[in-house]
Amino acid sequence: MYVLSYIVRRVASIIPVLIGISILIFLIMQVIPGDIVSILLGTEATPELKEQMREEFGYNLPLYQQYWNWISGVVVGDFGHSLRTGAAVLPEILSRFTLTLELTIFASVIAWIISIPLGVIAAVRRNKGSDIGIRVISLLGVSVPNFALATIIILVLSLQFNYFPPVGYVGLFEDPIRNLERLLIPALVLGASMAGSIMRMTRSSVLEVLEQDYIRTARAKGIREHFVIYRHAFRNALIPVLTVIGMQIGFLLGGTVIVEQIFSLPGLGQYVLTGIMQRDIPVVQGSILFIASMFVFVNLLVDILYGFLNPRISYD
Amino acid sequence: MGAFFRRLRKDKVGLIGFIGVMLIVFIGLFAPLIATHSPTEMFNEYRLQSPNSEFWLGTDDLGRDIFSRLIYGARVSLMVGIIAVGIGAGIGLACGLIAGFFQGRIDNIIMRIMDVLFAFPDLLLALAIVAILGPNLKNTMIAIGIVFIPVFTRLVRSSVITVKEMDYISNAQSIGASNKRVIVKHILPNILAPFLVQTTLALSSAILAEASLSFLGLGIQPPDPSWGSMLNSSRRFMELAPWTAIFPAIFIVFTILCFNLLGDSLRDLLDPRLRKK
Repeated sequence: MYVLSYIVRRVASIIPVLIGISILIFLIMQVIPGDIVSILLGTEATPELKEQMREEFGYNLPLYQQYWNWISGVVVGDFGHSLRTGAAVLPEILSRFTLTLELTIFASVIAWIISIPLGVIAAVRRNKGSDIGIRVISLLGVSVPNFALATIIILVLSLQFNYFPPVGYVGLFEDPIRNLERLLIPALVLGASMAGSIMRMTRSSVLEVLEQDYIRTARAKGIREHFVIYRHAFRNALIPVLTVIGMQIGFLLGGTVIVEQIFSLPGLGQYVLTGIMQRDIPVVQGSILFIASMFVFVNLLVDILYGFLNPRISYD
Repeated sequence: MGAFFRRLRKDKVGLIGFIGVMLIVFIGLFAPLIATHSPTEMFNEYRLQSPNSEFWLGTDDLGRDIFSRLIYGARVSLMVGIIAVGIGAGIGLACGLIAGFFQGRIDNIIMRIMDVLFAFPDLLLALAIVAILGPNLKNTMIAIGIVFIPVFTRLVRSSVITVKEMDYISNAQSIGASNKRVIVKHILPNILAPFLVQTTLALSSAILAEASLSFLGLGIQPPDPSWGSMLNSSRRFMELAPWTAIFPAIFIVFTILCFNLLGDSLRDLLDPRLRKK
């Protein structure tokens, strides 16, 4: 019962944040210097045409009314239409989000598989050669920007192995092998920086737990070391790790902008970037609102998961 | 400060980071003396030259000296880092102090605004801001600075709330110290350690953010040198001229690595709980 009311309260608490996000995005888009209608019309801009376009897009209305028209549409799933192509924004976001989500999940799985075991090993073998090696790898993971890593990987593959990573996207259900071929390197690049942060957090978190009295007690009772590590230390160390994972997934949603651009993947990140370059307000507003909302939901999910992992967290 | 340097001397990794950061600062400060050519001068007859005695790290597709562009790029990176973090840390410090000290309604308003700012993935918020302000050096610094505001506000607020409960604060208030005096004389000095650590770590994030924005074509605009945009423009011909990609990548990674090493070390030194680890 407590759990349910906690979840309801947490879900309710994100509503003002979502409203705030929508207002901020809307206001940001209003500050674009210059008249957006003149930019869109270019050399064809005449006063009549500009007025006609303003009326068509509702830019002649007061700000609050423009916001209301936009947000009431968003609530019922109408994110507006692209100023450049006329295509509806939401279907485009959803179709591109499939790719971005697949890439994010793929990158996260790679990062978890690499980082959590290595983080635990580093903590258990503290100050030994393997710990130092793992710490260097994790530090490189957080210090090498994904665009630099992508460039280096492409360079090494092309110069050393004469292999050029394929560009473009093939759907997972269309051709799983080609899908994997296209997403493996981008996911590795995205996963590397995430792995660095998780590895560091896992190491320090396990180290902290290993110094607790109950670990000493468990060892004193003669419990086998790997049992102590995985049954007693690891589970308790996971809580701060989960925070980092939650935050990193959110950042990945933003980080895909660069990776999608490098590997020519038609995901949500590329959609935002194209929208920004073309000053396509409905596209930018809609997709940033969508990504920011996803970010908020992921953090909410992490918050709720805390309770299941750590019974000491109170739901009151 | 003396104690800090004594401790830093014992911490080899931190020392490497510190020396690396100082090296980058030195390069940035004395760029005109170190660079062998003008960073924007085009030597049309020497396009895509591999490293040689005249052009130490080779030339790019427009015949510009890569070494000189990287050296001047250090200046740009540092300037963006310092000013952007200055904006974020300055506003964040003020907001965090007000929210944490006065609490109540003002705290609620400030923190809800921060919740909204915090709800954006960093790069996306910076992208949106640069997109509306227009891509150039000044706007890149403003955009990255805004991204940092919620991080600093949250950190300062939580530190202030902890310090505010200390006896010496109530003692100062009971003998009639004004709010301003309590904040400036008693709270501020006691929250500086985590603030300083966050500032160092934020510097590396700011440099990374600038490089990322420039890589996407939304940061520093040509012909001004930026490591991110150098790396981006190298992608078109890097199989032919790998040096155009390798050296900017090395400079970016080296700088971020050094700031991270220094930040980590600073955190360990200033946090008594971590010091023994």
